[in-house]
Amino acid sequence: MKLELRLVSARHPAARPGASPAIRDLGLQVGVGEHVAVIGPSGAGKTTLLQVLACALPPSAGDLTIDGQHPWQLPRHVLQRLRGRLFLAPQVPPLPPRQRVVTAVLAGRLPAMGLWQSLRSLFYPADIPAAFDALDRFDLADKLFERVDRLSGGERQRVGLARALLSPASLWLIDEPLSALDPTRSRQAIGTLVNTARERGATLVATLHQVDVALAHFPRIIGLREGQLAFDLPSAEVTRERLAALYDQFEHELRGEVPAPPSITEPSTPEPVVMHCR
Amino acid sequence: MKTPLPALRPTPTHDPAWQGRLFWMLAIAVVLWPLGVATEFKPWVLLEPDNLKVTRQFLGTFFPLAYDAEFLVMVARETWRTVAMATAGVTLALVVAIPLTLINVRVLSVSALSGRMARGPFWLRQGVRWLLIVLRSIPELVWALVFVRVVGLGPTAGVLAIALTYGGMLGKVYGEILESGETHATETLLRNGSSRLQAFFYGLLPTNAAELTSYTVYRWECAIRSSVVLGFVGAGGLGQQLDNSMKMFNGGEVASMLLVFIALVALADKVSAWLRKALG
Amino acid sequence: MTKPRAANEPYRLPPPLFDARCKACWFTLGIVVLVVASFWSLDLQWGQFLSLEAMRSMGRFVAEFFPPDTTPEFMHKVAIGAWETLAMSALGTGLAAVAGLALALPASRLYEGHAARARSLTRLILNALRSIPELVWAALLLISAGLGPFAGTLALALHTTGVLGRLFAEAIENAPPGPGTALRAHGVGNGRVFLYATLPQVLPQLMSYTLYRWENNIRAAAVLGVVGAGGLGQLLAFHMGLFQMNKTATILGAMLIMVAVVDASSHGARRWLTR
Repeated sequence: MKLELRLVSARHPAARPGASPAIRDLGLQVGVGEHVAVIGPSGAGKTTLLQVLACALPPSAGDLTIDGQHPWQLPRHVLQRLRGRLFLAPQVPPLPPRQRVVTAVLAGRLPAMGLWQSLRSLFYPADIPAAFDALDRFDLADKLFERVDRLSGGERQRVGLARALLSPASLWLIDEPLSALDPTRSRQAIGTLVNTARERGATLVATLHQVDVALAHFPRIIGLREGQLAFDLPSAEVTRERLAALYDQFEHELRGEVPAPPSITEPSTPEPVVMHCR
Repeated sequence: MKTPLPALRPTPTHDPAWQGRLFWMLAIAVVLWPLGVATEFKPWVLLEPDNLKVTRQFLGTFFPLAYDAEFLVMVARETWRTVAMATAGVTLALVVAIPLTLINVRVLSVSALSGRMARGPFWLRQGVRWLLIVLRSIPELVWALVFVRVVGLGPTAGVLAIALTYGGMLGKVYGEILESGETHATETLLRNGSSRLQAFFYGLLPTNAAELTSYTVYRWECAIRSSVVLGFVGAGGLGQQLDNSMKMFNGGEVASMLLVFIALVALADKVSAWLRKALG
Repeated sequence: MTKPRAANEPYRLPPPLFDARCKACWFTLGIVVLVVASFWSLDLQWGQFLSLEAMRSMGRFVAEFFPPDTTPEFMHKVAIGAWETLAMSALGTGLAAVAGLALALPASRLYEGHAARARSLTRLILNALRSIPELVWAALLLISAGLGPFAGTLALALHTTGVLGRLFAEAIENAPPGPGTALRAHGVGNGRVFLYATLPQVLPQLMSYTLYRWENNIRAAAVLGVVGAGGLGQLLAFHMGLFQMNKTATILGAMLIMVAVVDASSHGARRWLTR
């Protein structure tokens, strides 16, 4: 999918009305099948950028086109179908705690499944070999029938990534895919993502804190700082000086002390309120 | 990159949880059948021509709603009697519940200060606990039926029935609130030699007053519903009038009274929620 | 010239008992007025209840309960009545869980910004259903469904639908939004988002509410028979009307045992669900 942003500004959804926008006057063009990494210090607006690209957050100013169309001007059902062709993986894995991994992973395929098949898949998962294959690529095949809340944080993150492999999307927007993974697993995960995206010809946009991984696997790097575009260069041209300027006052993040990801523990279900007359 | 060779890890093709799910679904179906038989569950009976005719006639009398002055005055009076019955019942329930709670609460046990509770106090507490369970488990309708035999028709039977049942319920929940709250202050008072009642008034009560009051107000709202139900066995109030009107197939009066009752419950709900919020 | 000093400076006087600005004072006053008015307006027959003669007649009355009737044929009837009551409560609660879930969907705001147009109307219906007590529903349904446990089951189901529907709607609204948001961003419709993301998260809570409600419904089912809806209540009203107090005692004992059994099963099932 081809993306184009022109002078886009967007506010964080929970922001106060007078607060400054999370991304400002951003201009960007991504061609079909390109792999782009977005880097920058915390608070630079990377997550907001992904949400704007995923048509989950309407821009407050500027122009967004996907494949030449303006998504927010389309009728609702056409927009829904467009959403089915893109895949957004949030930083906190969006997996219901008591669901089994096989169902959680196959939920990535929902836009391609009809209603009847979706319902049947709840009772008996529709495509177990495909789920097995996707999990196997992240070395999680033996957890196929486990419950999500019995997995560790890193394993849950990889399940969230495995969903991308099953979705019918041609645009993958991945937010911090490696935040809970150790270096070996990080290499395996990012390698799988990049290779599979290349096999399918999908456009891949990933935000990363691990700058070295970004430079190693992605041909194009976008740097964001305080909501604005700092640079948009092929990875060979990203020099140490540019990185230092980008992470000015956030050097600890550049050195690899990644800020702790938002806790991946599920919030406890609230106690049932005793509202009976007994 | 794929690590294991395909031959070492065969791809699973069927879902291991399926058998378990199938079993449970069949088990539920098997249990449902005798339940349906025991309750004579035949929904098509509702659509039988005779029943349908009676239903339609009854529903037909729902409109116009009765709204003549005499009827409305009677409804207002009976609504007040229902609320009064509930209030008096809950007040007497407090008279029953508070002493029982004070005896029952483990926090106020002097013998437990030094470790294990002594035998006597322990069995006394168990006895009170059993008494509360018995008071709670007998439905208030049954109490009302018994009291109607003894003191005759009228609100006395209803008030007593509510007092006993709600006394049991309040006693249990007060005990839970007091024991699960902050007990450190009370324990310290007891350790420093104050009497049990002093420890209660200076320690337990201030800590938990808001929650106790909040729950009591909520119970009062439930008591209003109970007094309507008790009216059906002769305790007076809106319930008895509803029963009379239903027996005479006077749908208009029934509909008006039901509307008044729904409004009353909604009002009591709002008042109770506001009071509970005001208490913090 | 020095001002004469009062014996008790104003700030040393004890606070007034009733302060017009203090909310708690008004609250207490209101309650006292309500309680006094209640006792005064109801013509309660304290004399009749507390007189010596009344005590003696109560004593005689209570003595008639013992010994409870334990003959095999009567126990058999009581057992059938108990089974009927148990079936009424279980089936009524089960039906209400299904209907309550169906009504909870339109009655809840599925995500921030969901229009939820049917919400107020559905909540109104649920409130009406739960305001009317089960006994009143039973009395109304007897007209269409005839005497017997069918009316009782439907009455329990209708009332409990209102209760469970509201509890389910609140649980759905309070469910963590993460999984649902991700699926919605992927273009999945509301129904499937509910099935794949919300329901797996709230299902244990819903089942816990349903089981808790079953405990209440067994008590309600036991007395619905008093208006003719079958089960132990019908037996109770029948034998009490004939002043057969020892049979009544057996029935009361059966009621207590059933309530205890259902309480224990429900508690155990709820523990098993959250293991």
